[in-house]
Amino acid sequence: MLLASLVEPSFGLIFWMTLTFLTVLFLLAKFAWKPILNGLKEREASIADALNEAKRAREEMASLNAKNEELMRAAREEREVLLKEARDIRDKEIAEAKGKAKAEADALLSRARIDIQNEKNAAIVEMKNQVAELSILVAERILRDKLDSSAAQQSLVDKVMAEAETRKS
Amino acid sequence: MSLKSLLRLASLMIGALLMGPVSAQHEGHEHGHEGHDHAHEHAVEAVAVAHDATHHEEAKGGFDAGQLIMGHIGDEHGWHLWGHTSLPLPIILYNSERGLSVFSSNRFDHGHKTYGGYALHDGHIVAVDDPDGTDAHHASINEELTQATWDISITKNVMSLLVSAALLLIIFISVAKAYTRRAGQAPTGLQNLMEPIVLFVRDDVAKSAIGEKHFMRFMPYLLTAFFFIFLNNLLGLVPIFPGGANLTGNIAVTLVLALLTFIIVTVNGNKHYWHHILAMPGVPGWVLAILTPVEILGMLLKPFVLMIRLFANITAGHIIALSFFSLIFVFGETSAGAGYGVAIGSWAFTVFMMCLELLVAFIQAYVFTFLSAMYIGAAVEEPHHH
Repeated sequence: MLLASLVEPSFGLIFWMTLTFLTVLFLLAKFAWKPILNGLKEREASIADALNEAKRAREEMASLNAKNEELMRAAREEREVLLKEARDIRDKEIAEAKGKAKAEADALLSRARIDIQNEKNAAIVEMKNQVAELSILVAERILRDKLDSSAAQQSLVDKVMAEAETRKS
Repeated sequence: MSLKSLLRLASLMIGALLMGPVSAQHEGHEHGHEGHDHAHEHAVEAVAVAHDATHHEEAKGGFDAGQLIMGHIGDEHGWHLWGHTSLPLPIILYNSERGLSVFSSNRFDHGHKTYGGYALHDGHIVAVDDPDGTDAHHASINEELTQATWDISITKNVMSLLVSAALLLIIFISVAKAYTRRAGQAPTGLQNLMEPIVLFVRDDVAKSAIGEKHFMRFMPYLLTAFFFIFLNNLLGLVPIFPGGANLTGNIAVTLVLALLTFIIVTVNGNKHYWHHILAMPGVPGWVLAILTPVEILGMLLKPFVLMIRLFANITAGHIIALSFFSLIFVFGETSAGAGYGVAIGSWAFTVFMMCLELLVAFIQAYVFTFLSAMYIGAAVEEPHHH
């Protein structure tokens, strides 16, 4: 009898099972499965969106980075060019300045040399004049000393006369 | 096409094989029934012997494994907890002669007494003509009135059904609340536990078997069926109240589930589906005369196999686990030492069986849901040109 009851579906249980299962099915469908499945779908959609967004952001970032890199490279190149130009200008200016300075210095030097020469010539002339003056002075003094007596003056005159005579003859 | 019809024939035969032992069990013990197929009798001989032994040993008061196992996997009025303690459950009966009768199963005094013109006879409620309190074993059964009586009592299985229904509602409505309260956020707690299973049913069962276009319509049924079967399979493994009822191993329960699948398939079957069943395209008329009945039989057999598979798997698991336990007491009766000795092995085997049953609990829930989804998928399949 018990074995038979195992394979013989009892009316009571069929009744309760149908009633309970359909009630549970209805309640769960309305209050559980709907929000759960919707929640899952929404979350999956939002995750997919977020992933896409992240991917796009990453791509954007990569392109930005590439752009930055490009800009940096260009800037570096420009800097190099500028620096080179500056160096060239500086070198040129230094060279020019050096040339100018040398020329000026040379000019100055030559002018100085001319001046020195002139001064030297003037000095020599002056010295010659002074020597002449001094010699005249000395000669005057000597003459004065030697011709302070009339006898001496007479002898000199005689001597000069004699010399003149000899020169005439 | 010939392969498909061959497969259908094969499934038909499997169905017949499954049916055999079932009907044999039925006949072996319902001696009043006619038209036996004795070829199948031996298939349940072991159980039958154990069960027959029941009657002989009952008088001697010895341990009766058959009675114990059948008591556990069957249904009962009142929920046996331990020893002589039972949880009384409401008995609800109706017939046109006596109207509606509602009373506690306690009134039957474990089947020893009659009450309200009814008595418990071998687990079934029968109508009797004796006054209340008569010894049920000597009561005169009113066969005619018994046949006319509808028994919708809250039995152990119905009680377990209500408990599991309540559990399902509590669990999933609270999980659903988590989805609305914490929309778009990562799952936590119970929600986290259930989500992979829900996703499994959605993606690997419904979507793969029914297809992208239609599967959402059938999700509520598939999810409910899956969790109902899974939860009750698990509750069946819990040996103490309120677990331990063999609900998914009860043919009435699997019958209702299979019938629902059948109704859903039949209601949702499109033109393409019916065309293939009633008149397989591209098949000559004389073959159709054979094929169409086979197809129709196959259509009916599908839910039948669904019903039997779940019932047989769960019941068999319970019988094996309980049999190992019974061995302890069977041997214990001959000598206490033997009982203790066998207990070690029995215990180990029962633990092993329990682990296996945990797996089976999931697999059977999955198989039932997946096959239901497959049948639904075949019913809503769009015609593809081949």
